[in-house]
Formats: sequence, C-alpha cells, structure tokens
Amino acid sequence: MRIVEAGIIKDKVKSLAINANVKIRSDVLRALKNAYEGEKNRLSRSAFKAIIDNAEIAFKNKLAICQDTGLPVVFVEIGSSVFINGNITKIITDAVAQGYREGFFRASIQKDPLNRNQKLSYGPAIMHTDIVTGGKIKITLLPKGFGSENKSKLKMFNPTSPLADIEEFIVEAVKAAGATACPPYIIGVGIGATADYAGLLAKKALLISINSVNKDKQLAVLEQRLLKKINKLRIGAFGFGGKFTALGIKVICAPTHIAGLPVAVNISCHALRSASVVI
Amino acid sequence: MIKLEAPLTKEKIKKLHCGQEVVYDGMLYTARDQAHKRIIKLLKDNKKLPFDIEGKLIYYCGPNPAAPGKVIGACGPTTSARMDAFTPELLKNGLLGTIGKGERSQEVVQAIKRYAGIYFSTYAGCGALLAQRVKKRELVCFEDLGTEAVFSFEVKDFPLIVAIDCKGESIYEQSR
Repeated sequence: MRIVEAGIIKDKVKSLAINANVKIRSDVLRALKNAYEGEKNRLSRSAFKAIIDNAEIAFKNKLAICQDTGLPVVFVEIGSSVFINGNITKIITDAVAQGYREGFFRASIQKDPLNRNQKLSYGPAIMHTDIVTGGKIKITLLPKGFGSENKSKLKMFNPTSPLADIEEFIVEAVKAAGATACPPYIIGVGIGATADYAGLLAKKALLISINSVNKDKQLAVLEQRLLKKINKLRIGAFGFGGKFTALGIKVICAPTHIAGLPVAVNISCHALRSASVVI
Repeated sequence: MIKLEAPLTKEKIKKLHCGQEVVYDGMLYTARDQAHKRIIKLLKDNKKLPFDIEGKLIYYCGPNPAAPGKVIGACGPTTSARMDAFTPELLKNGLLGTIGKGERSQEVVQAIKRYAGIYFSTYAGCGALLAQRVKKRELVCFEDLGTEAVFSFEVKDFPLIVAIDCKGESIYEQSR
C-alpha cells in the first residue's frame, strides 16, 4: 500500500493545467513545422507560420495558445496499490480550476446548458478514472476546445457494414468540419464497444503521439489510407487550401456486440494540447 | 500586405478582394453567441443598442483575462458559422463587416453582397500572437456574460485575410 497525500496531487495538477494550455505538444509542433516546410500554397504557408510563431509567443509569455482553453478533460489512472488521502475527484476538479485561475485563462463553462444564465466558471472538468495495476497515479489533462468538439460524430453501423462505408463516414466528418474547427486537424477515431465508449476511445486516440505507428497492422494501413483521403479534401490550414487538411489520424478498436459496430470521430484543432504527470 | 486604417468606409472595403492579406489599425467590437442573441432581441424590440454598429467591425472573440500589467490574454477568433443566423440582420442595420474563422452560410454571403459588407478571417488558434496586437481593451456592455461580454479593442497590425469580399467571392470556395 502506498499512501499519496491530496496536497501532492493538487500541486501537480495545478501546474499541469497551466502547462497543458501554454505549451503545444512536441509531436504536434514537429508535425506543424514539417507541414510548413512542405506547403506551397501562399495563404496556408502564412497560416503555418502564424501557428508556429503563436506557439513560441504563448510559451515565452505564459499565455494560452488558444483563447479557448477548453473544457478540461482529465484522464486518471490509479494504481491498485495506491491509497489516496482525500476525494480524488474533488482534488483534481479544484486543482484544475485553480490552475486555470492562476494562469489567467478564460472561464468557459456554463453550469446551466439550457438557460445559460449562470456565471461562467472553470469546471467541473470531465474526469475519466481507471484502476490499473501498480503503485503509481498517472494524470493526463486535455483542454478540449469546442470549435472542434462541435464537429464530433457518432454512427452506429451494422456489423456487416463494409469498411469502405466506415471510411467514408470518417472522411465526411472531416469534410463537414470544413474550415470551422481550426484545420489542420488531428483526428481520433474509436471503433467498437458501446456508443459512449467509442466516443471515449476517439478522444483517447488524440492522446497518442502523431509520429507513432499503430501496432495493429490493419489499423496502421487504415490510418495511412484515411490520412491520404482526408488530405485530398484540400481544406488546408485555416481552410485556405493546400496539402495539409490533417496532420494525423489515430484509430483505436475495442471488442463490441454481435449486433453492432459503433464508430465515433473526435476532431482536434491544430492546437492539440495535452500534458501528463506520473505521481 | 495591405494596410487598412480606421475609420473604415464602404469605399475602403470595396477595394479589398478575396484572398488578400491585410493588417488593420483601429477599433473593433467583440461579440459572440450570447451577445448576438441579446443584440438581435434589442433590434427586434426596436430598442437602442448599447453601442453603435454603424460602419464598425465585429470580431467573434471571447478573450482570456489579462495578467497583471497586460492588456489582454489570448484572444483569437471563434467559429463564425454559429453567428450566421444573426449576421444578415446586423449588416442590414449598418454593420460594415465581421471577423472570425471558417465558412459562412449562403445567407451571410448574400447579405454581404447586398450591403457591400466584408468578412475577414484571422489567424485561428493563434490567440497568444493576436494578443500582442491588441493595445487597449474596454468593456462595452453585457458584463454579466463574462468573456462573452462586448469589448472594444484598439488594435495595431492586426492580421486579417479577406475571406468573403463585397462581391461575395469566398476564399473557402476558391481554395478547393
């Protein structure tokens, strides 16, 4: 049994909330720089230049990369031999809010989704908690902007549906997002499980490094094929055309029921931010 | 790069063409979802608006608060399409143009043509960079809306791309 005090988690999560918003992920920055080198379209090139400059300015001045500091989504993995001295949900929720406040980030959360008449706040963050083996706690924060979250799609396919139909659905989801959700995109896809879980897998897929190659050979080929199809849409950076509509696409599969085949698409803008800490 | 300076006029706007990169010096008002809802309600009820939209630009932006000693936090554009339902009415009432990101509806394109307006895109997802170009920020109205309140910005070298010009030519159609 390992005892972890609430205060330690609180401090770590607070810094995570700030870091995740001011520092772009290194794999994303690398992909952006490569795209800038490879792009010929005049306006899209200035778009890439602005995105790269922005990342630098944000980090240097401790400013949010994007004014939409998102709905903070937190993934928590707790080792089964860890005892947390306190209510983990409350500790994390409060720490994220405090980090946002200290970082001078925007309060973007409306408590009443229907009447929309409450003072905007910093939370609560969305939390997904898993119990894993071991004696550590891993916390990952993904500030998810809503320009791109609004373009999420879910479709319940038949178990006999051809793969081509699924591919078309994914490409159409990106086409529908068009220029509105800050392209070039990073796309997460969840296939299988239930409707809600496919959605979670699609979001978790955004946490995978763009450069990594899928260990499942069929999925690795599928990702490559989808990326090519998506880039043929020629939406391009900021929707100004060019070669890069998406920087990457990641697919996660999970076992599902004999009667169904859920497919969820979660899109991220070019400012894909996430940060993790292991305690 | 074209320099555009306040005060803006229809004549200045008419000279701009789709796809041109512009830097703007002058003022603009921020307004997004809830502020639009209120403005349209006021217009419907024949009430006076708390600020004059005649000849002005509206920037779809919900800024981050300013750190001590700073003017503003990150302040990039939000998705323009969510304001599509409101924009024709504002253009009809004298608004010169709008600034945001992404495509507009056919209704907005038609309204831009009819009233010789303009739609600019600015650097999407680049709120930290754009914050460097805002020299002054003041609260105008709807303070209870938090970041969705209306603010006036004084900007210098604010980057804009002509996304839909007064003839209704759209960069989003041309580029694909």
